[in-house]
Amino acid sequence: MSTIKLKYDIPANDFVAAGEASSNVKKKLAQIGIAADKIKKAAIAMYEAEINAVIHANGGTADVEICLDRVIIAIIDNGPGIPDLELAMTEGYSTASDNIREMGFGAGMGLPNMKKYADKLDINTEVGIGTKVTITVYFI
Amino acid sequence: MNEYFHSVNLDKDKCRGCTNCIKRCPTEAIRVRKGKARIIKERCIDCGECIRVCPYHAKTAISDSPDIINDYRYKVAIPAPSFYGQFEKKYSRDNILNALRDVGFDHVFEVARAAEIVSEATRQLLTNSLVRKPMISSACPGVVRLIQVRFPSLIDNIVKLESPMEVAAKIVKTQLQESRNIPAEEIGVFFISPCPAKVTSVKSPYEKQKSYVDGVISIKDIYLKVLSALNNPHNGSKYSEAGFEGIDWANSGGESGALGTENVLAVDGIHSVIKIFDEIEGDRLSDVDFVEALSCSGGCLGGPLTVENVFVAKTTLKKHILEAPAGCTEKMTPKSFEELVWTSNVEYKPVMKLDDDILKAMEKLEKLERICDGLPGLDCGACGAPNCRALAEDIVREIANETDCIFKLRQRIRDLAEEMVDLGGKVPPVMDNDPNGE
Repeated sequence: MSTIKLKYDIPANDFVAAGEASSNVKKKLAQIGIAADKIKKAAIAMYEAEINAVIHANGGTADVEICLDRVIIAIIDNGPGIPDLELAMTEGYSTASDNIREMGFGAGMGLPNMKKYADKLDINTEVGIGTKVTITVYFI
Repeated sequence: MNEYFHSVNLDKDKCRGCTNCIKRCPTEAIRVRKGKARIIKERCIDCGECIRVCPYHAKTAISDSPDIINDYRYKVAIPAPSFYGQFEKKYSRDNILNALRDVGFDHVFEVARAAEIVSEATRQLLTNSLVRKPMISSACPGVVRLIQVRFPSLIDNIVKLESPMEVAAKIVKTQLQESRNIPAEEIGVFFISPCPAKVTSVKSPYEKQKSYVDGVISIKDIYLKVLSALNNPHNGSKYSEAGFEGIDWANSGGESGALGTENVLAVDGIHSVIKIFDEIEGDRLSDVDFVEALSCSGGCLGGPLTVENVFVAKTTLKKHILEAPAGCTEKMTPKSFEELVWTSNVEYKPVMKLDDDILKAMEKLEKLERICDGLPGLDCGACGAPNCRALAEDIVREIANETDCIFKLRQRIRDLAEEMVDLGGKVPPVMDNDPNGE
């Protein structure tokens, strides 16, 4: 089965460039002809993961695999890892610094939103090593 | 009219095939072919950006000739609120409306008045928790068409209420039939328009089967006549009915300002609109219940068919707003609300899709990526496409070739030249007289 593999760098501390990868993926899904609601789910979940990598982990990479029936988005960083995943999944819980909050980020909705919009969400994290968030959205 | 009627059009004689318009188009709907711009009809949203940017004035808007009014016995002008901003401050709104009548109409009705009615209906919708938020205004037809081609997930956010232009036409037709016994078919209602997309809206409406408006005349085309009528005033009637809120619709922020809530956002200029729509699509816009998005910078006052500079027009309009009374809209009955609701809906036009077959589309996308990686990335536009990626897209759509890129072509020629030099040095073995040879 044919798949399209895309790779993006997520730059560190760059809130302007953050979100470029997800908006790029959004355009590509539209070119393939994926339904608008599925594109929306994938784009929002990916955006949140991208922003998280920028805020907490000095950036990272995004590996995107577009298949006929799904898109799999893996956001990988070498950041601090998430000590308490369950707590981090709570709406409104955030460890973002004050200056990040001043920029309008850090509302504690990143992971909850990913969970809300992804059909499948896998998080592998190790403190001091990094985090890999894998988002799957099914088209069918 | 057919589905792909467009007001925005190209004057081939004036076009020099430069790349200004292709780069400015928000839907990448223009290519240069054989030295002339060519509009891809399916993609064009009639925003008028190309009209504004073309240095040779080769992009024009097709609107109805002012003579069209003679096809009807009873002629009514319905001027857009932006019309008032086109004339000097010394003229009152009634001066302007009377002058407009004097250029050949029997009656004048303000679209600004109808705008107040639409505002009232919108206020009702805002309190309805079942309506998808943020609501996106449908006042700007260019924006609605942008959503159709680029933001399908926002179609449900569009406010599905008739535009002030349609409401005005409907009201004035009903009034004239009832109060003056004029048969409907003898009444011609003409919108005096700042906007090419409104022409398209009337010729091929997306929200219903047929428009109430019988013709759209551009402000530019009628301006001089109105100006001379302004200087020879006679027989003044009172046509000004609208309150300041209706007039303010000409400005960016006017429509949303009339809603009585702070949870509104007004954005103007098509490229800024796209950025805000990206935010909405990404669920990143909080505390906003209503978005007023206008394709032209400065709102309708900045429309491509206006005459006066948008900033000058703004100060003039400000005067009319200050002079106008408060709105006079009474609470709306459910029946009259119902009459404002669209009878058909806008549909997603997947013009960006590479192929109807998803498998083929994926193959094309892969090929597109490969080609795009090989292009110089200068986005110079010399190939006739707005950027390298668009050229790659055109190549997979089989409407362009890789050698349309001048850098690729140069590379190919260079490779060929090297091969020729290489071949030129080769000698058949029988003629090889090299003494060092065997």
